[in-house]
Amino acid sequence: MIYVLLFYEFLKIGLFAIGGGMVTIPFLFDLTEKFNWFTAQELTDMIAVSQSTPGPVGVNMATYAGFKAAGVLGGCVATFGLVFPSVIIVILVSKLLKKWSENLFVADVMAAIRPAVVALILQAGFELLRLSAHDYFAFGFVVVFLLLIHFYKKSPIFYIILSAILGVVLKL
Amino acid sequence: MAECLKIFVSFFKIGLFTFGGGYAMVPLFRQELIEKRKYITEDELMDYYSIGQCTPGIIAVNVATFTGYKIQGAKGAVSATFAIVLPSLMIILLLAGILNVLSDNQTVSHAFAGIRLGVIALIGNEVLNLSKKAIKTRYHLFVFGVIAVLLFLFNFSAVEAVLVAAVLGGLRFFKEKWQ
Repeated sequence: MIYVLLFYEFLKIGLFAIGGGMVTIPFLFDLTEKFNWFTAQELTDMIAVSQSTPGPVGVNMATYAGFKAAGVLGGCVATFGLVFPSVIIVILVSKLLKKWSENLFVADVMAAIRPAVVALILQAGFELLRLSAHDYFAFGFVVVFLLLIHFYKKSPIFYIILSAILGVVLKL
Repeated sequence: MAECLKIFVSFFKIGLFTFGGGYAMVPLFRQELIEKRKYITEDELMDYYSIGQCTPGIIAVNVATFTGYKIQGAKGAVSATFAIVLPSLMIILLLAGILNVLSDNQTVSHAFAGIRLGVIALIGNEVLNLSKKAIKTRYHLFVFGVIAVLLFLFNFSAVEAVLVAAVLGGLRFFKEKWQ
């Protein structure tokens, strides 16, 4: 039964892909070799599409892959399988965190990790800049937008819609 | 129940307007969860990201589960997770048949090109916001510098970076203890 198999395969990905959406990609390529659910070429297209549709990229890819393998229900089953292990694990970790958050050792460790998270976000930004800002115009667009966002604190949703409109108007 | 519905609406909105996944979600988390609803603090958001990076699964989903648990326990965790996944699920399943056609459309691809640049600016702004909070002392700046070098020059993965920072924090604890 394909749904059970899909659930099992995506459960494994959810359990072993540590580090987020992009880490699931090699697991998905493994699936193309093991099953005839979708080809490697189709998977490459799925990855591209999943990066432009809203939502977490890892979830988009799982839904799309599940859909290709077994239709709408397949998409739901794959997504559920992917998310299921992390929900259980995060709830357990949350319980521990609550218990330990007063602990001075844990507090020191977490305080050291926070600047690291800033560095991670910076890296993510640079990675996107490298991939998407191909010319000086695009680069200038990012700088102007950054100043706008920093000084006129409107909702991120406002800026996302504005950037889509500008993209069409300026033919980016 | 009413609280779970509020959680659901918040995370559904975040899932619907995130383009690029993972860290692109930070500005939306800030607006909705820290500023508007006051569910969590900036420190907590950063903690969830760092732990969510090292626990299995999709980071954005892990952060949602953490936040939901903080607000309403296991019930909240499940509501938040379901809500953050649902927009993806609906959009992909509804559009799956025509997604390839859509991505070939000129207007759509211009809009996405604009969004990609807008998201970079939003992430840049988030670096500025969070560094004010997370990098207050020279020691914090030191950790930030070390991790940035490891990430940019030595191609460390995010998980490895978080682990190195944790070790630095642990060493500091013992250093203070012995002084």
